[in-house]
Amino acid sequence: MSLPVEAQDELEQIITSIVDRYKAKPTALIMALQDIQKYYHYLPIEALKLIAKKMNLPVAQLFGVATFFKAFSLTPKGKHHMCVCTGTACHVRQAGVIVDNLSRSLGINPGETTPDGEISFETVNCIGACALGPVITVDDEYHGHMTVAKLNKVLDDLRGKKTAEEMVEEVQ
Amino acid sequence: MNNNKFTSPEDLNRLRERLVKQREEGRIIITVCAGTGCLACGCEAVTAAFREALKENQLEDKVEIRTTGCHGFCERGPLVVLRPEGTFYQRVKPADAKLIVEQTIKHGKLVNKLLYRDPQTKEVIVKEDDIPFYSKQMRLIFGMNGHMDPTSINDYIALGGYQALAKALLTMTPEQVIDEVKKSGLRGRGGGGYHAGKKWASCRRAKGEPKYVICNADEGDPGAFMDRSLLEGNPHGVIEGMVIGAFAIGSHDGYVYVRNEYPLAVKNLNIAVDAAREHGFLGDNIFGSSFNFDIDVSRGGGAFVCGESTALMASLEGKIGEPRAKYVHTVDAGLWDKPSNLNNVETWANVPLIIEKGADWYSRIGTASSKGTKVFALTGKINNTGLVEVPMGITLREIIFDIGGGPPKGKKFKAVQTGGPSGGTLVVETREPKVHESLVAHGDIRDEEEVVSLLDLPVDFDELTKVGSMMGSGGMIVMDQDSCMVDVAKYFLNFLQEESCGKCTPCREGLRITLEILTRISEGKGQMEDLDTLEEISQVMIDTCLCQLGGSAPNPVLSTIRYFRQEYLAHIVEKRCPAGVCKELVSHAIDETCTGCHVCFSVCPTNAIIGQTKTLHVIDQDACIQCGACYQLCRFDSIKRVKRGEGDAIQYVAKEKWHPPVKKKAAAVA
Repeated sequence: MSLPVEAQDELEQIITSIVDRYKAKPTALIMALQDIQKYYHYLPIEALKLIAKKMNLPVAQLFGVATFFKAFSLTPKGKHHMCVCTGTACHVRQAGVIVDNLSRSLGINPGETTPDGEISFETVNCIGACALGPVITVDDEYHGHMTVAKLNKVLDDLRGKKTAEEMVEEVQ
Repeated sequence: MNNNKFTSPEDLNRLRERLVKQREEGRIIITVCAGTGCLACGCEAVTAAFREALKENQLEDKVEIRTTGCHGFCERGPLVVLRPEGTFYQRVKPADAKLIVEQTIKHGKLVNKLLYRDPQTKEVIVKEDDIPFYSKQMRLIFGMNGHMDPTSINDYIALGGYQALAKALLTMTPEQVIDEVKKSGLRGRGGGGYHAGKKWASCRRAKGEPKYVICNADEGDPGAFMDRSLLEGNPHGVIEGMVIGAFAIGSHDGYVYVRNEYPLAVKNLNIAVDAAREHGFLGDNIFGSSFNFDIDVSRGGGAFVCGESTALMASLEGKIGEPRAKYVHTVDAGLWDKPSNLNNVETWANVPLIIEKGADWYSRIGTASSKGTKVFALTGKINNTGLVEVPMGITLREIIFDIGGGPPKGKKFKAVQTGGPSGGTLVVETREPKVHESLVAHGDIRDEEEVVSLLDLPVDFDELTKVGSMMGSGGMIVMDQDSCMVDVAKYFLNFLQEESCGKCTPCREGLRITLEILTRISEGKGQMEDLDTLEEISQVMIDTCLCQLGGSAPNPVLSTIRYFRQEYLAHIVEKRCPAGVCKELVSHAIDETCTGCHVCFSVCPTNAIIGQTKTLHVIDQDACIQCGACYQLCRFDSIKRVKRGEGDAIQYVAKEKWHPPVKKKAAAVA
């Protein structure tokens, strides 16, 4: 995925400020990438190249780090992001059923984004809310003790929320 | 020079005395647990509601609201404890805040519906300390969490914080500190169980400058969250431990490598580091001594393998988090090839305690080879999910049944898994014990007949290793009769295969093949030879893998084969999953207990459920995809998971036996 030209300047600015914040220390490489991912919801390849230049590191090293850690994504994620916890505690409480059903409802596999770019979902290994298992997060909001029925409701709400937001946008 | 900096222990004591006095002025404190578990239950809204209620009743000056770190009893969150009395309210909703303020705080009356009720005895318990979940614990490290706001350094100082640092820096030599830690018998809490004092001594002896002190907060075990809760709830305790360690080792640079997935821990830790720096507990000339030390907080990428010391250090250097062979130990050549001492969060948090109270006091807690306490994350099929801190040597039975309250809904307890993905699943059959104590002590428990009551095994680094598991970082996952052991082994192997860095062949390929075989077995395509192959591959991995991720990866497989061979045989020979978990081997069927409530009807994604309200429902066996949605939903346990292909037979019998549900009133009249 490459960025449009007008976004390049913005990228340059953001990266300069991030690299300056960490004083270009190599120990902060992962943190710098996290900050970029937080902003863009993925790592644009241009960002990797720029960081490499500014921090004086080989692009290959950055590419290696970006692909090694699961938290980084080189492809854009959806507007809404859902995580299903598949930690051990959630697993023994049937998180697998939730994953299968979510996969089927959205028509995508874990780690993918719906074709309309609205919802992406992934599985994560333990978000530390084991008492609520099986648990999912929707845009960082926790939903505990999930069942398929509850999941359907969450999805309906999410789609509803989406249309409400769009309606506001349309009005404006 | 900044006025806030402490240059002598007298200054610290003066502040502490002032703070303690303030605290004793009889103000009521509402402590609201704001650990991750309670946050997820909506404790922020509860805090806001309390604020509102106090304002309404004009009690803002008399009552303080303190949001604290995790109290541990996550199952009952959001938790509210009123201090100093210690009145314990559980599952508090925002609407309850007003009630608590108006009844308990204003009139001293208890709000009955929010009190804890013992599930077994039905007894109502008012005080936090009297609840069995807490009363059986020994909360040395974790106990402070409930008493302080983690973002307030004053709270930590009021509870005696940084006294140990003053003692170490001003009255002890580095060698004396190391001796004290050695004498205390403190062992690494991250899983390895290496003696902390020994490690510190080797790092101090190592040639090369600068030396680094690192805190491993890359807690990647699924089902473990004690390090997170410690960092979130008591970050100063960890910082103080690190400064003492750095002083003993002779290091001036420290790093905390914490997962980015723990945003609250990162936030609280950063606040704490800044506050410690401002007060002169970090930086130059700490306490007016000539010792300098500072900490950098580094957010990690959240890879399981980065919990391994060399991988963590590589990642800290901004490289791919791959481990290396450890012919040269990290204490000699670690971060940037300089001597580095890495300990886990909980280990560091133990250090101030040892220095303050002395090694003699500390070493009295625990067993001969494992000293102190250990925090466990008790999760899975258990009533009281949460964090528990217990003295070493306590039995698994006490943790699981006395503290944890056993499995929910009266299901039968089956096994407990300790040590995370690299640990083992232990059978703890409730058969009458035939085993002699002496046999267990020698680890000689291979004979099936003899495998009983590992529940009475003391929790201790060496004892757990002997029976094929390990202490690990402290995840403890309880499983009941509905958990399939082949599935559990497959789950862990799947996790490990995804997290394996792929650098060494035995781990990369061994895990792939093992997972393939386990998947085959769970699909009913296994063969008898598979078990031997699994054991053979496992042995190769144990012998040859580069790091402990691969080296301990076979533990879940070997321990389940060792204790649950019958279950493997059921999958291989009978093509049956006794627990009804393995999808390819089960059919869903509705039996005669169906009440016709019709709830399952709408949830079925393939419309395989046929039936109308108040009639017996039937699952169309051809249309069913075994997704389990209806099984999860049925409140009457009428949906059964049976051997693949036997669904129709069950439903045929159900049709013969089924009666329309009798109305309660009519039944009473009859």
